[in-house]
Amino acid sequence: MTSISFAMAERSASSAARTQQTRLVVLQVGLFQARNVLRSRWLLAYTAFFLLATEGLLRFSGGSAGTILSLTNIVLYVVPLVTLLVGTVYLYSAREFIELLLAQPVNRHGLFAGLYSGLAVPLALSISVGVGVPFLARGFASTNEAALVGTLLLLGTALTLSFAGIALALALWCDDRLRGLSLAIGLWLLGAVVYDGVVLMLIATFADYPMERPILALTLLNPIDLARVAMMLQLDVSALMGYTGAVFQQFLGGVVGLLVAFMSLALWILVPVAVGMRVFSRKDF
Amino acid sequence: MIVAHGLSKRFGDVQGLRSLDVTVERGRVTALVGPNGAGKTTFIKCLLGLTRPDAGLLMFDGASVQNDNLYRARIGYMPQIAKFPENLTGAELLALLRKLRATDIADERLVDAFAMRSQLDRQLRVLSGGTRQKVNAVSAFMFAPDLLILDEPTSGLDPVASGVLKTRIRAERSAGRSVIITSHVLSEVDELADDVVYLSEGQVQFSGSVANLRQSTGQPTVERAIAALMQHCVA
Repeated sequence: MTSISFAMAERSASSAARTQQTRLVVLQVGLFQARNVLRSRWLLAYTAFFLLATEGLLRFSGGSAGTILSLTNIVLYVVPLVTLLVGTVYLYSAREFIELLLAQPVNRHGLFAGLYSGLAVPLALSISVGVGVPFLARGFASTNEAALVGTLLLLGTALTLSFAGIALALALWCDDRLRGLSLAIGLWLLGAVVYDGVVLMLIATFADYPMERPILALTLLNPIDLARVAMMLQLDVSALMGYTGAVFQQFLGGVVGLLVAFMSLALWILVPVAVGMRVFSRKDF
Repeated sequence: MIVAHGLSKRFGDVQGLRSLDVTVERGRVTALVGPNGAGKTTFIKCLLGLTRPDAGLLMFDGASVQNDNLYRARIGYMPQIAKFPENLTGAELLALLRKLRATDIADERLVDAFAMRSQLDRQLRVLSGGTRQKVNAVSAFMFAPDLLILDEPTSGLDPVASGVLKTRIRAERSAGRSVIITSHVLSEVDELADDVVYLSEGQVQFSGSVANLRQSTGQPTVERAIAALMQHCVA
């Protein structure tokens, strides 16, 4: 009896030590890599791009819904592309460094979480600063505008967290750099460009059938479209919602639609990270 | 110190290791030699847990290395390619490794021996390849490990630095530490190694002391003895 409880106590102590060790690895590697990313020139350029775009739009069209709409389009196209490219390059260029870290007494889950947060957090910060600061400097015209900008930043962060996970998983799965980068660009084209064409084609081809449900399902498969629909539901501009947005509002209503969109986006963050972690913990380096 | 038994690893249709049996003795410098693709790096990666073998047993100091990572606190690893995050400094890198190992040990004798203290505060991106390799060496020797794994340690180092490193390797052995070294420079093997493990196509062709190697091949130097082994394997 005592020996069993002793063994259990020992086991729980060692698992507590493991958890603590994992936390240490996530924190230290995360901070280290984040510092590396924050000092890089491309991150500076990325922040400057959002600063200039936001500032420019605010100057020329004022703090209207139109500005936020244009900004949304920029964020929806640029964030996935840059995050995918930067994320794959980040992992490929850290290959030797990862091997050095793996040779230390660290566990792989903690190391992956550290690598992921060291990439995703600076990228998300960059968008928040770039888009947020020009608005903050002017002061918000209304609480509504503040809410819209807040939603936009939230969606930009969600897209960053999602595509950073996708990029890492992709680069871990595909050892060939050139192929990995091409796949990243291909994925972006698929989500940002081809997808709209496919939706239109489906609607045109099956015009005589009820297409709402299949289209709804298709939206859930594309994080970029999910973010777009969430923003349009918030902006309440039905004319600009596009077909998938209209379907969302018609079938789920504004609030439920928003909830569904955000929850699906959360899945689009969790699943790639989980897949990446699984690949990472089983990979031969 | 290390016992491998029946260690096998296959990468796609390439057989990296074929049922490898190796023993590495404590307190000695063991040179891992063999042609490219012989399985030296694969063996080292198995030892570090970077790669998982398909079959076989690998013991570090009497305990299996599988499903464990704490044994690596006792290993110092110097990879062949010194490539680090670019925008950080050598000092920051060493600080990270120390935190990950949760240790207070910081043996910086090599920093002084290389006379490179001022270089540690510069970003790794601006350092020359040789200086990065020195940072690499410092990180491997820093935490007083029981086992040093050095993959082509002198490649990219100038003669002075490579002399410093060799002196240090001998000092570690005198202090009772074990060293595994791979090198294509056979004169270096001659200078440093107590034991030689010759790998070819994922199998051990020879394993034993340097004296043994000379005797069994009838050659006066390690360089010639290994050349003889290579010819023998090809033929």
